[in-house]
Amino acid sequence: MADHTATASAAPSAPSFQDMILRLHAYWSAQGCLILQPYDMRVGAGTFHTATTLRSLGPESWNAAYVQPSRRPTDGRYGENPNRLQHYYQYQVIMKPSPPDFQNLYLNSLFAIGIDPLVHDIRFVEDDWESPTLGAWGLGWEVWCDGMEVSQFTYFQQMGGFDCKPVAGELTYGLERLAMYIQGVDNVYDLRFNDAGTSYGDVFLENERQMSKWNFEVADTDTLFEGFRRAEAECKAAIAADVPIAAYEQAIEASHLFNLLQARGVISVQERASYMGRVRDLARGSCEAYMAKFQDQWAQKFPGWTA
Amino acid sequence: MSALAVNTSDFLLELRSEEIPARMQATARADLEKLFRKELDAAGLKPGAITVWSTPRRLALIARDLPLATEAVSEEVKGPRTSAPAQALEGFLRKTGLTADQLTERDGVWFAINEKPGRATADVLAAAIPAIIRAFPWPKSQRWGAASLSPESLRWVRPLSGIVALLGGEVIACEIGGIVSGRLTRGHRFHSSGDIVIDGVEDYAAKLLEAHVIVDHVTREGIVRDQARAAAAAAGLVLVDDEGLVIENAGLTEWPVPLLGRFDEAFLEVPPEVIQLTARVNQKYFICRDAAGKLANAFVCTANVVAKDGGVAIIDGNRKVLAARLSDARFFWEQDKKKALEVHAEKLGRITFHEKLGTVADKVERVARLARWLVEEGIVGASPLPTGEGALVTPLPSGEGLGEGVPPSPATATPETPNTPTQPSPDRGRALLADQAELAARLCKADLVTEMVGEFPELQGLMGGYYARAEGLPDAVADAIRDHYKPVGQGDDVPTAPVTVAVALADKLDTIAGFFGRDMAPTGSKDPFALRRAALGVLRTIQENGLRVPLDRALREAGWWLTETLEGRTNGAVDPLDFFADRLKVQQKEAGVRHDLIDAVFALGGEDDLVRLLARVHALQAFVTTEDGKNLLAGYKRAANILKKEEFAPAAADYLLEPAEAALTAALAQAGPQAEAAVAVEDFTAAMAALAGLRAPIDAFFEDVTVNDADANKRAYRLGLLAEFRAAVHKVADFSRIEG
Repeated sequence: MADHTATASAAPSAPSFQDMILRLHAYWSAQGCLILQPYDMRVGAGTFHTATTLRSLGPESWNAAYVQPSRRPTDGRYGENPNRLQHYYQYQVIMKPSPPDFQNLYLNSLFAIGIDPLVHDIRFVEDDWESPTLGAWGLGWEVWCDGMEVSQFTYFQQMGGFDCKPVAGELTYGLERLAMYIQGVDNVYDLRFNDAGTSYGDVFLENERQMSKWNFEVADTDTLFEGFRRAEAECKAAIAADVPIAAYEQAIEASHLFNLLQARGVISVQERASYMGRVRDLARGSCEAYMAKFQDQWAQKFPGWTA
Repeated sequence: MSALAVNTSDFLLELRSEEIPARMQATARADLEKLFRKELDAAGLKPGAITVWSTPRRLALIARDLPLATEAVSEEVKGPRTSAPAQALEGFLRKTGLTADQLTERDGVWFAINEKPGRATADVLAAAIPAIIRAFPWPKSQRWGAASLSPESLRWVRPLSGIVALLGGEVIACEIGGIVSGRLTRGHRFHSSGDIVIDGVEDYAAKLLEAHVIVDHVTREGIVRDQARAAAAAAGLVLVDDEGLVIENAGLTEWPVPLLGRFDEAFLEVPPEVIQLTARVNQKYFICRDAAGKLANAFVCTANVVAKDGGVAIIDGNRKVLAARLSDARFFWEQDKKKALEVHAEKLGRITFHEKLGTVADKVERVARLARWLVEEGIVGASPLPTGEGALVTPLPSGEGLGEGVPPSPATATPETPNTPTQPSPDRGRALLADQAELAARLCKADLVTEMVGEFPELQGLMGGYYARAEGLPDAVADAIRDHYKPVGQGDDVPTAPVTVAVALADKLDTIAGFFGRDMAPTGSKDPFALRRAALGVLRTIQENGLRVPLDRALREAGWWLTETLEGRTNGAVDPLDFFADRLKVQQKEAGVRHDLIDAVFALGGEDDLVRLLARVHALQAFVTTEDGKNLLAGYKRAANILKKEEFAPAAADYLLEPAEAALTAALAQAGPQAEAAVAVEDFTAAMAALAGLRAPIDAFFEDVTVNDADANKRAYRLGLLAEFRAAVHKVADFSRIEG
């Protein structure tokens, strides 16, 4: 493994948004990660990709990196807030088992996109992660660069209610935020998307305007409620049919529909807990079904291993 | 210890890991020392001085003067006499596992001598280190890496990456979770590369220092504290000291570098508490004041690196992050101010206070009613406070009504000046106070639904006060909204302004009456609704303001909605008044007041005015420690014991009273009414003095008079006299509850 200081003299210049992604891909590919594509469904975070949730279950090693478009309907600001978006990108790295030099691998990735650790102040600040929806938790940090949270760094301890055996290490980079920092830009829409004059705003500003309006004002709530019920039923049917990946897709569909209903403001405080419980049951049920489907096979390959 | 000089060496242990949360480091240091001492103790080793240090990436322990071996022990086990039968000797040999030639004979008895050689300390430590690591009580710990395929794999706060263990410069070889001890460590994450070879205790800190790691947390704390102050001073400002931030920043850095940055002055329009909280909680920055004591547009962050550009990029980055957070805060501040608190309050109906106690809107309604009642009953703002300070009535500037949205000018909103033409009449004053208390109560929870308090819950109350002022409500109302949660903790101020006192009391009494009324009184150590704190807040507010609160009636009033009738104050099994009595005892115990004396006054019943009760208890405590008091108590106990045993019907004396009898009769005729009269005017010292007058007569009575006389009339009269004596004493306190 290379020491940061060994390469510290060769600080690269600030990459464009797309170049930053390409550099991360090149970097993590060189570390032995599969470079995957985004999951083709609406999700709230990179963690929801099956490459993280389902693949963090079981004993087999798994190393992957990908960009995941992430949707948080309630964060929409009609394109008027320089920092908040209802649709943004996360860069996700999952390495199972967590490698011994995971922190250094991560720091070198920052260097690869132009952050010199002898110019900037990089810190690991306690931030444990928990997703009741996924029945998951882990210990780790938020990584600060000059006081700004640029990544989430987590050692998964449980997923879907199961102990992680072995533990996977997860990195999540907030790409827009990181790019704003590297490019020295105060407004997300001013980011250089490429080096040929196209800005982030050119690509996404109109999407933010329209989607904020749809999320908050237009989306038909009856349809959303109906969609939630259908996804829930479909998930249960898929679990019964022993196709847990399909079940899991329905669970994340239900999760996103719930987020949309929240944005429409039609779920009361009391109902909220109940809906979250239903989503949790679906996600956990899918993970359990996934585990049930593979655990014998895993136990054979890894003698002594149990779910 | 052996008289022989023992060879000793110094021991160094370093447990290196990925970043340990700052908040856990102090406890971890204490735990490391405790576990280490325990291991040494078990082996019979006594170390010299022990030092423990921490950084985010390591825990280090240095133990001076460790003996190099545990002491040899010689154990002697007594066996049978040499003359005993052969079976006895065989049995002894079986038990000890020795042969006959290994035994020693002394005075005709066999002894087995078991020589336990001393253990090398190095061996003790090699076993102790893994034991300490396994037993380490981290509040949260994790597994990691390939080993975590097994659920039994090593746990640590974050992945453990290295162990340095050196006794007198020699490596103590041990292994845990695949980590082998040695003499290699690492320096600063970015200022150092590769391994650092440690020779021993002597060069450890120095070599780390060369590698940009200040391993002693106290030194780092000093650097953060001093350099942050210096950075502020260099900018002509004064740092707002914050020892919590000093420790946290020292726990986040191995090489702390405080740096001062500036933020846009325009943000200073946001309340200073919001800026401070944003900077402190979210970013761990210090804030500064200018020479006049006003919040300055500056922050001090603590970097962990000596930046190549002198920190320009770091300061700029931190400034941007703070600016983004402050612009969020300013956005909330401006959004929130667009609506009056009254409008915000409309949303309180959507927040559940407690499922059995309704919404926050319901609570607010009750608190408003109770706050008004406290004023209208003359409980709050009734009579001058004992100190002569504190506003009884905060008059509104004449002509200004409530809720008309006319902001009072600072000149007219200042506290009252007595006997000026604008001073309202007492009735009008009370009516205004009641109106203000009700209004403040109606608005006191409205900030809970504002954006700002949603973001920073700890600003509840404070923001309400700011918003109230911003919309032009009277200062007394804004202050009451701001301060109605007070006192929050033991060291917190107690409200004194009448409107605030009314709302603060009403809020807490409503909470207590409600939870008790719905059978949710605290049990044992469980007090999920912080009712003890609320009760203590009520007690302190009453005491420090000298308020005359009939607590029983106030609790009935607070609990009116719990049942159909006022009489059935509570449906609950526990009377909240008893709860207050218990809290009072706990509180007064800390102030050195005897709980038995509080019991003695409570036992009389009917006393729910805490100020009066405490005055009586204080007088009683002063009295029972005097010679008169002690003797009177002894006389009382004697009388009470006799009365407990004897049955009698009181009778007039048909004989010539003996002098001591006559004297007691006369003394009682005087002391009884005197004590009663003194109690009636709450002059408890006088009441005690009246009782003191009974001491000599009761002593003489017991000395000279036989109570159980053969003559039935004499016996009845004398017992009656004792009963009268007891009754007189009871006018002041139930002395049977007094210990001693």
